[in-house]
Amino acid sequence: MSTTDPTIARVGGDTPTPAAASAVSDRASRRASIEEAVLPPLVALLLAAVVGDVLILSFGQSPGAVYRLLVDGTWGNAYGFGQVLYKATTLVFTGLAVALGLRAGLFNIGAESQLAAGGFCAAIVGLLLPVGIPSLLCLPIYILAAALGGGVVGAVPGVLKARFGAHEVIVTIMLNFIVLALLNYLTSTRLHVPDTLHTAEIGSGVLPRVSDVVPSFQGSAANATILLALLAMIALWWFLFRTRRGFELRAVGLQPHAAEYAGVHVGSVTWRALSISGAIAGIGGLNYVLGYKHYYEEGFATGAGFLGIAVALVGRSHPIGIGLAALLFATLSQGGLAVNALVPKQMVDVLQAVVILAVATSVPEVRRLLRGARRSAER
Amino acid sequence: MIALAFFAQTLRIAIPYLLAAAGGVMSERAGLIGLTLEGYMLGGAFCAVAASFASGSPWLGVLAAVAGGALLALLYAVSAIRFRADQVVVGIAINLLAIGLTRFLLRLFFDSSSNSPRVAGFTSQGSGTGFGALVQNPVVWLGIAVIPAAAWLLYRTPFGLRVRAVGEHPAAAASVGVPVARVRYLAVLVSGMLAGLGGAYLALDQHQFTDGMTAGRGFIALAATIFGRWDPLRAGLACLLFAAAETLQIQLQGTQAIPSQFVEMIPYALTIVALAGVVGRAVAPAALGKTTIE
Repeated sequence: MSTTDPTIARVGGDTPTPAAASAVSDRASRRASIEEAVLPPLVALLLAAVVGDVLILSFGQSPGAVYRLLVDGTWGNAYGFGQVLYKATTLVFTGLAVALGLRAGLFNIGAESQLAAGGFCAAIVGLLLPVGIPSLLCLPIYILAAALGGGVVGAVPGVLKARFGAHEVIVTIMLNFIVLALLNYLTSTRLHVPDTLHTAEIGSGVLPRVSDVVPSFQGSAANATILLALLAMIALWWFLFRTRRGFELRAVGLQPHAAEYAGVHVGSVTWRALSISGAIAGIGGLNYVLGYKHYYEEGFATGAGFLGIAVALVGRSHPIGIGLAALLFATLSQGGLAVNALVPKQMVDVLQAVVILAVATSVPEVRRLLRGARRSAER
Repeated sequence: MIALAFFAQTLRIAIPYLLAAAGGVMSERAGLIGLTLEGYMLGGAFCAVAASFASGSPWLGVLAAVAGGALLALLYAVSAIRFRADQVVVGIAINLLAIGLTRFLLRLFFDSSSNSPRVAGFTSQGSGTGFGALVQNPVVWLGIAVIPAAAWLLYRTPFGLRVRAVGEHPAAAASVGVPVARVRYLAVLVSGMLAGLGGAYLALDQHQFTDGMTAGRGFIALAATIFGRWDPLRAGLACLLFAAAETLQIQLQGTQAIPSQFVEMIPYALTIVALAGVVGRAVAPAALGKTTIE
């Protein structure tokens, strides 16, 4: 594995070892990197459970009953599970978008506005397309429109960073406000259906829902965008770990100066990474626009960008991890609705924050502890 | 008369920005990104209302807001300094925590998912938006004083020198005996207190807490910090500029001259322009965002 993937385990500048010893140390370092990846999310979940208990007890309820209700309301029935899948689909896209940036050493906090812009562009295209075109024919057009909408929003901080060194964190935050205000203006003054905050419904190309195939999912918003999310996970994995561009991107993320010295143009990687990141988030807008409501509505993206950061972080910026983390956060947010009769659903907002905080603080700490333990074991 | 009313309205809007931006400058000059200002403000706003409601005294509300802001700031500082967690991630988590906790406590204390009951505040409710009401409010005076105070602290005291040193070159500061971590903790705590105070002003001015009532004001304060190039006086001017633009938009409401959404964009757009270096380069403190090993 490590022959195709020289960035893992080799970065530390270890002294060269004979082949036999290197095979052993490869296996050991692989185990070590898995431990470092898996432990922090577990620590975080444990801490979140403790905080959750405190919150539940403060409301005079029994934690066991609340957690049982949470599981029953999400994974325990087809409707709840469908809603989890629907919410996870959006989070996979924003999570992948943030993860791609992180792999390049960039923080994309703009996924929320990129998601909104993608959905908006798809909805506009949907209004322009004549009615009655088969879904499969217009799907590529929709994907292109959504990717373009999100990609343009992502390209702005990318170019500003590459050209002027403007910090992408601040630019993407500021751009969130600007883009959402602009979309808000366009929708409310020109495109909305009177007395609503949304555009007219699109004529053709809406995606089938899961309930069209499995009737027991009736009422849930889960739809064929799930397949797009799976494709995006595979495509991103392929891009990051199997292509030259992906390798360059990760090299810049690990050590920009070394990458530059090796002949990588850091500026190009930067603006390309943020543009692709924006495009991925933009495609996520299809989940709502093509799969669920069939129109653009103000505020549909609210919170999905920040949760995308949580998903990328807990998923350790790896497509498989992101899929699992998206399911986790989707379960939490759907579970909040399920337990609302016993404890306020706002409890879930606190738990999500605790998970992020705990992962962020335990990642460096776990790494340090593990390395310390390993070093003393070697002695 | 119109000019006076305009100025009063601008000042009224600017007070929370001034308080939070002064905090933003302190935190960022010490090397810690001020993403969390929004969370401190929201937490402060809730604490102010909860404590005033329980005690009937707006002064205790202000104290609670300062304590609430400091508590969130402590969490940020411990995560970023002690545990060396990524500042951006922790910052976002703290903002989400502030949103979540205030919502949860709103349900727990006041059994509402949208707003608290009304509280007294410093000014009576019908006293309007003119100067008369403003000068009665002690937090307004704090907001006016905070900018020169921050400038004095940063440029005229040993503590300020240390703050600037740990934000520019922590290793050099450590080598001459500056306790880098302690200075950073203090700077972040001060920023939490000031932003919490800004939240208290907001909540007591509106006589209640409403869910998400800071509505991005912490980020406007962060924008002012950056647009003001991490200098208290310039950041203060930026706050006044942003507040004046909002006032203008409020006064023009109904004439449809400028859509409100475009006025909303002004602080953010100016900040991006400043970062891109179109009008004078904005150079951040060198160690901003890096909680390096001392």
